[in-house]
Amino acid sequence: MFYYILRRLASVVVMVFLITATTFALFFASPIDPARYTCGKNCTPTILEGNRKALGYDQPATVQYGKFIAGLVVGREFPDNEQLKKDHPEQIVKCPAPCLGYSPSQHRTINEMVSEAWPISLSIAIGAFILWMVIGVGGGIISALNKGKWQDRSIVGTALIGFSLPTFFVGLVLLTFPAIKWGAVPIPKYVPFTENPALWAANLILPWITLAFFFAASYVRLTRAYMIETLSEDYIRTANAKGVAKWAVIFKHGLRAVMTPIVTAAGLDLGGLLGGAIITESVFSLHGLGYLAVHSVTTMDLPTIVAMVMIVSTFIVVANMLVDIAYGFIDPRVKLAS
Amino acid sequence: MADTTAVDGAVSITGRTPWQITRARLAKDRGTMVAMGAAIFFVLLAVAAPALTALKLIDPYNGNDKLVGGLGSLPIGAFGGVSPQHWMGVEPGTGRDIFARVVAGLTVSLVVAVCAVMVSVVLGTVIGLVAGTAGGRVDWWLSRLTDFVLSFPQTLMLIALSTIVIDILQAAMGTDRTPASMIFMILVMGFFGWPIFARVIRGQVLSLKEREFIEAARSLGANRRRIYFKELLPHLWAPILVYTTLVMPQNIATEAALGFLGVGIQAPTPSFGSILNDSVHYANSDPAYFIFPGVTLFLVVLSFNLLGDGLRDALDPKADRQ
Repeated sequence: MFYYILRRLASVVVMVFLITATTFALFFASPIDPARYTCGKNCTPTILEGNRKALGYDQPATVQYGKFIAGLVVGREFPDNEQLKKDHPEQIVKCPAPCLGYSPSQHRTINEMVSEAWPISLSIAIGAFILWMVIGVGGGIISALNKGKWQDRSIVGTALIGFSLPTFFVGLVLLTFPAIKWGAVPIPKYVPFTENPALWAANLILPWITLAFFFAASYVRLTRAYMIETLSEDYIRTANAKGVAKWAVIFKHGLRAVMTPIVTAAGLDLGGLLGGAIITESVFSLHGLGYLAVHSVTTMDLPTIVAMVMIVSTFIVVANMLVDIAYGFIDPRVKLAS
Repeated sequence: MADTTAVDGAVSITGRTPWQITRARLAKDRGTMVAMGAAIFFVLLAVAAPALTALKLIDPYNGNDKLVGGLGSLPIGAFGGVSPQHWMGVEPGTGRDIFARVVAGLTVSLVVAVCAVMVSVVLGTVIGLVAGTAGGRVDWWLSRLTDFVLSFPQTLMLIALSTIVIDILQAAMGTDRTPASMIFMILVMGFFGWPIFARVIRGQVLSLKEREFIEAARSLGANRRRIYFKELLPHLWAPILVYTTLVMPQNIATEAALGFLGVGIQAPTPSFGSILNDSVHYANSDPAYFIFPGVTLFLVVLSFNLLGDGLRDALDPKADRQ
């Protein structure tokens, strides 16, 4: 087990390394001049070249990538100029490890931007996750227990609708009608949980519903399919025959077996969502990681784009690893080979 | 017809090919048949749209400023100016017919989605087939490559790459933005779509390899090429067809989402993405402008999803044959 986890951790590091290297290569080998986007309207060749040098864009891509990786481990200082560090230490921007880089268009370190955006994405993801797990798994169980009846058909039908409705359309409808036109719920804006939990939830309810509607659909289908299969197993018949209470058969015997595929899907979906719900955040103008990513793309902020790709893919790869490790705990039949 | 005996294995003693079984199952599945009808209708509409535009039956590009007025040039009349001439109302500002724009947009969106799926199918089938048959080290590396591509955040990569790739394509092709962004989406969506196909194909090949008919072919002295193309490939059409139908609506939705975010196909070219992106500015004053195209998009995606589900049930040899 220990060696298995160690090996998986190593593969996570390799994977993230490869992904950042690929992203780096793609963006820095492109014909786009990153310095051009640091220069603004009153650009002169002197400023352009000065910025290029100060930000290290004049160096080969491999050197820049090396500095990026080094920054993650030991931190960086911008600009990386020994003379300036001696003469004007007040002009140096310090970026402690794990340094994600410096955004020239925002004049801040990416760490600062991420630490502001991260609680918003986390709040959106957690609330939506709880909502869709309860609705999705609950709906799937009800569906499976009533297979073929009207309850089953209406739940499966709603799930298919939820799965086919584009997220941004649901978000736009929810924003326009309940929030703006009817005033039934506040127009979403982020209120920190620590400040006012009630307002936090009231403001995020629409983004939660938007995401949960889409995600719950696949959990209904997943839970239903596995539950139906499990309920026809011999050990369920045995449990019923020896007089185990009905709820205990469903939850202790049935749901236990369905846990493995649900945990897999849940881990991967949550991992992807923690890196920011790009579309939902954009619809509701919530400035989380997803919004930050889109914003960095529209403003051609290359260092931020690279950092965002790294953050999001790290979440995905780590979620993958955690799911695999969780297998060993949930399903006693799974032996993790080392 | 023969359906009553065909679906009842206990009575029927006539042999049936898998396709016959599938057809019989599909014919019984009313929901899937309706979905198939709808999907075919949308495809035909998309194919016919350029002709309809040329014949001036629909006019997606020319506005009529008599149909809009007041502050913000909003459509005159209820529900965004719905009338017998304008089934989905007219566009605020220009007065263009929204139905015509949705139909023309359907063409653009479906072309992108279909071509992207084709890129994914070709890449995925080749890689899956090679990984499954070669086995060993080749399989290991190809499977790692699949994992690697799957670890990229897809939506984010599509958005991020749009900045550079569309510019490069535009310069290389010497055209304006629309064809470049269409090619970009086909290539990049297609590229990030292949791992699904590769995994399914590889899994299929691995289980098929051990089946008796492959062993029989081998013992009869069939060469490798014959085993690949004559014995294996015919068994792979079913999963390819099912996953194509299921990935199609995802591609349509992705095109719309990217357009909505303003990084995909942009106005004046109509597509679900560009229409919905424009409609956001009028979400409060003229909600009909995003509701009609949005609901149409939903129906297109829903019909393909339903069809894909139905095909999967019908083609699944494990499904009960009652």
